[in-house]
Amino acid sequence: MKIETEKVIIVKELTKSFGDFIATNAITFDVYKGEIFGFLGANGAGKTTAMRMLCGLSRPTSGEASVAGFDVYKYPDEIKKNIGYMSQKFSLYEDLTVKENIRFYSGIYGLNKLQLLQKTASLLEQLHLNNEKDTLVKSLPLGWKQKLAFSIALVHNPAIVFLDEPTGGVDPITRREFWEMIYQASAKGTTIFVTTHYMDEAEYCHRVSIMVDGKIEALDTPSNLKIQHNAKTMDDVFLMLARKAQRQAD
Amino acid sequence: MKQFLVFVRKEWYHILRDPKTLFILFGMPIVQITIFGFALTNEVKNAKIAILDPSKDIATTTLINRIDASKYFEVKNYLVSNKELENYFEEGKIKLAIIFPQNFNQSLSHTNTTQIQIIADASDPNTATILTNYASAIIQDWQNDLNKNRKLPYSIHAEIRMLYNPELKGAFNFVPGVMAMVLMLVSTLMTSIAIVREKELGMMEVLLVSPLKPITIILAKTIPYLLLSLVNIVSILLLSVFALDLPIQGSIPLLVGLSLLFTITSLSLGILISSVTNSQQVAMLISLMGLFLPTLMLSGFMFPIENMPLPLKLLSNLVPAKWYYFIIKAVMIKGLGIQSIWKETCILLSMTILLLIISIKKYKVRLS
Repeated sequence: MKIETEKVIIVKELTKSFGDFIATNAITFDVYKGEIFGFLGANGAGKTTAMRMLCGLSRPTSGEASVAGFDVYKYPDEIKKNIGYMSQKFSLYEDLTVKENIRFYSGIYGLNKLQLLQKTASLLEQLHLNNEKDTLVKSLPLGWKQKLAFSIALVHNPAIVFLDEPTGGVDPITRREFWEMIYQASAKGTTIFVTTHYMDEAEYCHRVSIMVDGKIEALDTPSNLKIQHNAKTMDDVFLMLARKAQRQAD
Repeated sequence: MKQFLVFVRKEWYHILRDPKTLFILFGMPIVQITIFGFALTNEVKNAKIAILDPSKDIATTTLINRIDASKYFEVKNYLVSNKELENYFEEGKIKLAIIFPQNFNQSLSHTNTTQIQIIADASDPNTATILTNYASAIIQDWQNDLNKNRKLPYSIHAEIRMLYNPELKGAFNFVPGVMAMVLMLVSTLMTSIAIVREKELGMMEVLLVSPLKPITIILAKTIPYLLLSLVNIVSILLLSVFALDLPIQGSIPLLVGLSLLFTITSLSLGILISSVTNSQQVAMLISLMGLFLPTLMLSGFMFPIENMPLPLKLLSNLVPAKWYYFIIKAVMIKGLGIQSIWKETCILLSMTILLLIISIKKYKVRLS
């Protein structure tokens, strides 16, 4: 897998503090175009805060960051147009049908009618959901919901898609299928920024960063990290680093 | 604009697909109007009464006929003993009993005076008071008629007029109250729940990461409820005019306009509630305990504010529904125009503006 060298996320000394509490402490990293970037850390390590800053939801206290070529301080609205987001809860309205969900997200991302029709058709085709297009999302199996949510997060062809623990509560087979979709998106040049609790998933990432107490303690490819820490699995690497944590999980 | 419309359409799906929401929106106003209109009225009609009449003369018969003919009373039993009377009261068969003495007509015409005893079941004091008043009025009436044929030096006849509501209909009091409650319920409760539901489902994050402006989200969430409130205002007014025979004395555009103002007050309260909580249950609890109860108790709808102790009187000034209730009564029942209620309208308007500013500020603070 060849990774292009164009940087889509550039973060320098990015800090966010709430009063005395420094949630994110001067983190620095870059993410390349088409890369699957794993963003790991125990609960309370500062992952969510960092991700919120990159999504333009929260203003950093200090440091620099640009996402999809836009500065997080100056152009949060431009960033929002160029990123997709999928949360643990799958971001679908259960009382809307498959088609209505697609239509809603296409609408709020400003797709026009023609784009909407094409997008809906190709999406239903890809996901084999043509027969279910008028089914309420609540009656779909979990795995389908997850795939649909991911496709919808990509509906406006964002440069980067942020996945916040996207595989929570999903069985291993569905998780595998989901990761195949992630690889396809990455192959098309979409950058994937993913947080996860599952260390086997960390192995699927091109590069992985591990946050401990608001700082990035490690950042490299999974195989390099295992060599550096003399560990067999990513799980061991993670435990070794996370054990240093002073902070209580919240 | 297009994003806004897409969002509003989605809100409609949520509303139309949830039977519970639909019931609260449309069932509630109808149920409340019906309950208050037909069941919870403090008018008393056809109260069952018993008569103990040992005299059975021309005077008692005339009086009993008059009482029976009035719409308030229905003579159910003619008794023979006091013992029987007790039984009837104990079994709840009668609400009131009228007892004549022996030789009623005789003592009346010979001594110019006699007595009638009225006994009421005061386990429900309000009904008892109303019934004894009705009965005394009928007796007084009859006495006046008797006196017409006689020469009396002085007679003072007090004539009572009930302004604005000559028939003392309960509907005059509760229709404005129900309007305040329904608008509060639909606007505050439903809006806060609708916004908090997005948070609870984790959708708020997703919406905020999208290019939607927070203000667009808030507006798109509230507009459907504003429209639904308008539908409710109109349906309550239609129900009260056609089902409860309550005429609207004042200007209808003024009435609807002021109701919309109150709807906006309630909507901003809903937004405020949604910004301080993350769960639908808490939002519901705050709406009901924090707003619905004060609306019920401190707006003057259930309990007259004049009779409250000073602290509660002062507190009632903070309840928007109190001002709305006052305004609506003035326009709907007294037929007053804006010149008579501008002070109250200004108070409500400034409350609304203040609440809107606070709720939008609060909403933004939460985001950063």
